[in-house]
Amino acid sequence: MDFSTVRWEEVGKASIETLQILGVSGLFTVILGLPLGVLLFMTARSASIKSRTVYTILSLVVNILRSVPFIILIVALIPFTRILVGTATGVLGVIPPLVISAAPYFARLVETTLREVDRGVIEAAQSMGASTGQIVRRVLLPEALPGLLAGITITIVTLVSYTAMAGMVGGGGLGTLAINYGYFRYQNEIMIISVMSMIILVQILQMAGDRLVTFFTRK
Amino acid sequence: MRLIELKGLTKTYGKGKKSTTALSELNLNIQKGEIYGVIGHSGAGKSTLIRCINLLERPTEGEVWVDGINLTELSKTELQQQRRKIGMIFQHFNLLSSATVYDNVAFPLKLVNTPKDAIDRKVKEMLNLVGLENHSNKYPAQLSGGQKQRVGIARALASDPNVLLCDEATSALDPQTTNSILKLLLDINEKYNLTIVLITHEMHVIQNICDKVAVIHQGGIVEQGPVTEVFLKPQHAITRDFMMRDHEAGLALEETALANAGVELQTGVASKLVKISFLGNKTYEAILSRTVRKTGVDFAILQGTISTIKQVPYGQLTVRFEGDSYAIDRTISELTAEGLDVEVLR
Repeated sequence: MDFSTVRWEEVGKASIETLQILGVSGLFTVILGLPLGVLLFMTARSASIKSRTVYTILSLVVNILRSVPFIILIVALIPFTRILVGTATGVLGVIPPLVISAAPYFARLVETTLREVDRGVIEAAQSMGASTGQIVRRVLLPEALPGLLAGITITIVTLVSYTAMAGMVGGGGLGTLAINYGYFRYQNEIMIISVMSMIILVQILQMAGDRLVTFFTRK
Repeated sequence: MRLIELKGLTKTYGKGKKSTTALSELNLNIQKGEIYGVIGHSGAGKSTLIRCINLLERPTEGEVWVDGINLTELSKTELQQQRRKIGMIFQHFNLLSSATVYDNVAFPLKLVNTPKDAIDRKVKEMLNLVGLENHSNKYPAQLSGGQKQRVGIARALASDPNVLLCDEATSALDPQTTNSILKLLLDINEKYNLTIVLITHEMHVIQNICDKVAVIHQGGIVEQGPVTEVFLKPQHAITRDFMMRDHEAGLALEETALANAGVELQTGVASKLVKISFLGNKTYEAILSRTVRKTGVDFAILQGTISTIKQVPYGQLTVRFEGDSYAIDRTISELTAEGLDVEVLR
């Protein structure tokens, strides 16, 4: 094993790319997944037939997106990704499939977290004349905040491993580095460095997430 | 003045064969300013009843009138507006765990975009009222059960409601805390002339603070009226059952009393077993001894209670009179003339 041949600037560049991918796709996953999760939760517990239908359809779409393997999804989405961001490779090209894959996953996490919110508190808000929007903004989301932060942490950690898979199709970042050098060119040093970097990254993310959850827990 | 009127309230859960009826054709009127208690066993429908008053539970049939408005006919937004005038507190308090005491009390005010300084004034006033002015920055998890319910009360009153609904508000609290919460409710009722509707399965809650009571059983009201009346002369078996559980007396002891009443008497001596009810200041007067001294009848007390109903003293004695049968009858009529309620048991 010889680490002297390792081109550290490549590793640095890849690390930054991974962080970029995680940052942007994480952000969009939350932006899309949070409302979707709230919608799933609200329509599931509603008494009206219209809402139940909405739930059934949404639930089906979410399930389909979650059952397609990510590596297949990337390939299948190539035309769509090209239209959306102009390219299907590199940092930019990997973000749309990541978001489309992670948002339904996160939405389910949101849905389950919201179910944990005490029904009595929601009822109390109703008894005080709160509208549905006010209940979501002022009761559901604040009460579920620690759980939501835990969900975001889990989702971003999952995204880290997804970025590695995106490396298979030239997605950029540490994953691409590991696959291009470590896997295809048998450069074990690069493989070890990339994987180690991702392990450290996941550790940091998880620790930061746990800290935030503890900070916002009031129970 | 009538504040709450429930007309023909029916609530069924489920459809067809599987359906269960929680309330059937129930009618109830509650006057402004009174504390109205609904007592019933679990599953009797009392929880459904109180939740129908602010339509947390929508009745299958019937009308809910609060302050001259038929709530069942309102649109969603109109109903939200009306609900702001109906405060509610809960058995499990239902406070926002993520918000401080201050923010919990401010919650109903923020819903209607009250200006910040007005919120501040109101929240401080409410926290003073419930005695939690030093806890405003704490989170509910840091409070005791009684304190949590005080926050619940402060929150419910912050929007100046016309009525306060109490859904088993003291059932999760220990007896001492229960009494302090009941006292607070009574103070609030007197201070703001606030109408309070409460449901409970504990007779002593009714006895302590209610003006009127309704006994609910299998989705219908079996007995209702002023607490003193229902308490001293319970008509329905369910009502008597509640009294007994609370006094550890009632029927069981009365039966012993009846059995003991058959003691051998000298020939020529008549006896009569009677239940005498006192109400108000008469409870503390020497009416009984005065009367028997006049009529020359002897008496033995077999069972008795002297207590208060919402600060009104009352007493109930099961007494055996012995003596000349004419004199016994005269004693009974004299006692009745004094304003006591005398019921001949045997």
